[in-house]
Amino acid sequence: MTPSGTLPTESTDLMTATQPSSTAAPEGPRTPSGARPGPIEAVPVRHPGRWIAAVLVLVLGIGAIASILQNPNLDLPTVAEYLFKPLTIDGVLITIWLTVASMIMGVFGGIVVAVMRLSANPVLSVAAMLFIWVFRGTPLLLQLIFWGFIGAFIPKIVIGIPFTSVEFWSFTTSDLIPATVAALLALGLNEMAYAAEIVRAGIQSVDHGQSEAAHSLGMSPAKTLRRVVLPQAMRVIIPPMGNETITMLKSTSLVAIVAGDDLMSNIREAYTQNYKIIPLLIVAAIWYLALTSILSIPQMWLERRYGRGFTGARPTIGSRVATITQGIALPTRPSRASKKGAES
Amino acid sequence: MTATIPQVAPAASVADRPMVEAVEVHKRFGNLEVLKGITMSVERGQVVCLLGPSGSGKSTFLRCINHLEQIDAGMIRVAGETVGYREKNGRLHELREREVAAQRRKVGMVFQRFNLFPHMTALENVIEAPTQVAGRSKADAKAQARRLLAQVGLADKADTYPAQLSGGQQQRVAIARALAMEPEVMLFDEPTSALDPELVGDVLDVMRGLAESGMTMIVVTHEIGFAREVGDVAVFMDGGVVVEAGDPTQVLVDPREERTRAFLSKVL
Ligand SMILES: Nc1ncnc2c1ncn2[C@@H]1O[C@H](COP(=O)(O)OP(=O)(O)OP(=O)(O)O)[C@@H](O)[C@H]1O
Ligand SMILES: [Mg+2]
Repeated sequence: MTPSGTLPTESTDLMTATQPSSTAAPEGPRTPSGARPGPIEAVPVRHPGRWIAAVLVLVLGIGAIASILQNPNLDLPTVAEYLFKPLTIDGVLITIWLTVASMIMGVFGGIVVAVMRLSANPVLSVAAMLFIWVFRGTPLLLQLIFWGFIGAFIPKIVIGIPFTSVEFWSFTTSDLIPATVAALLALGLNEMAYAAEIVRAGIQSVDHGQSEAAHSLGMSPAKTLRRVVLPQAMRVIIPPMGNETITMLKSTSLVAIVAGDDLMSNIREAYTQNYKIIPLLIVAAIWYLALTSILSIPQMWLERRYGRGFTGARPTIGSRVATITQGIALPTRPSRASKKGAES
Repeated sequence: MTATIPQVAPAASVADRPMVEAVEVHKRFGNLEVLKGITMSVERGQVVCLLGPSGSGKSTFLRCINHLEQIDAGMIRVAGETVGYREKNGRLHELREREVAAQRRKVGMVFQRFNLFPHMTALENVIEAPTQVAGRSKADAKAQARRLLAQVGLADKADTYPAQLSGGQQQRVAIARALAMEPEVMLFDEPTSALDPELVGDVLDVMRGLAESGMTMIVVTHEIGFAREVGDVAVFMDGGVVVEAGDPTQVLVDPREERTRAFLSKVL
């Protein structure tokens, strides 16, 4: 405890004010009689554990990076060579295409399944539940292989009257579903099941009074969903859908199992020939990291777009950064000053 | 009029059908019968104030008028049309969603908790139904919306989101939103009971102005002063029945029924 004799007056310098109390003991209240109290100048609680942990992590991290960089197998020239090879770029484009296409299928299909699931019609609701049950409950890898080999399971698709020999039309399945379509089907249908549950949670998060107000204005159920409920549900839907998109981007690499032309397939093809496994994996990792980083931009934009009306003034990126830095700077300034004082 | 016959308006209106007509309306939720035969009629331009203890079925009755709830027995007519049904060859046919939506356009509703669309500005809230439901042009709807916002004293709040408005301001936007569909009757379900006391006056002023302009209104309220001053008829409900109905000064100052008296002594 600071002896009361050393209580600083308002004009006392920060450094001298905190010097006597270099122990972690909290100081008593110091209010200069009458005048408005100055900002609190307390010695912050010490966290020796944090320091030890930080040093440990730094040492380990530097060690790991050093050993990777010094490893002759790293072969940075190969990484550089393959980073922008047509083989890699083609794979990246296919990966992007697969991600976008299956997410579009997943989101729009998911909205339909979610609405079916919430429908008062028991047939629709149960059908949606079964769909979600099957496609969420089995591994994606299994579904990929299944769609890849669907031709073996159902050689012909026939449109006719069931349990009779009447056929209106028939296709050979493997013509109808080539490998890329199979991959898309697997990823898209799987995503639909997850998206449906996310959308359902979003729809249910919207206050019931909102649809009542819309109905009382004469809006049809469909219009109410589209104009009133879904735009509000988006706030709840977008963050997990951002996660889903990142997961999807990485899941497309599973397509390699059923022969795709995506990034991972192409990289794997290359390293099975030249055995430069680690450098090529690093190439793939760089691309996946780059793509997932870029994805956060549209997510931020969407979150702003659908956050309108919920977050006070319409936030701009600039104002958001300003509030964040303010929030960091203001409370720490005095404590940093006093820490400096204590350490000197 | 006697207390035992829950007939609100004297059967004087010959030429004009009542604006809202309810006959022996019953409504149950599962085993709970909430409305046990409500009969009342509201003339064009009349202001009816509905009072009663919590759970007496006031909100449910209003929601039935708007077909937000389906009634189990009886009949409700708005502007001469049966709510939720079409009478054909002496039989009732349920209306399609679209037809129900069309019927609701004649009835404006204001909720206790405002229920403004939070993702739209005040102006966007008001033009939503005119543009999306009535198919009016955006410019047209905006001009009307600005007029309505001015009418409720919020001309300067057109571009403000609901979250940035006070409760009283939100409720006035909600009134403007309901008026934008040019309804023939307005339903108010405790429009001021979620408001801070100092904000109640602004909303009641808007409602008073609306009543003076000749709007037919059914108002669930516990504002006894408003009911006495603005109401043409006061209806006291309890346990799903109309206990007493008549001139507001009589019903609210010198009620005939013991139940009304007991309720009023608690509210005042
Ligand atoms: N959707 C519903 N399902 C089941 N019960 C309901 C439903 N809506 C209302 N009720 C019940 O009906 C009864 C009447 O409710 P209502 O909301 O009409 O009362 P109220 O007179 O408006 O009361 P308050 O003054 O509290 O608003 C209550 O007992 C309520 O629990
Ligand atoms: Mg109520």
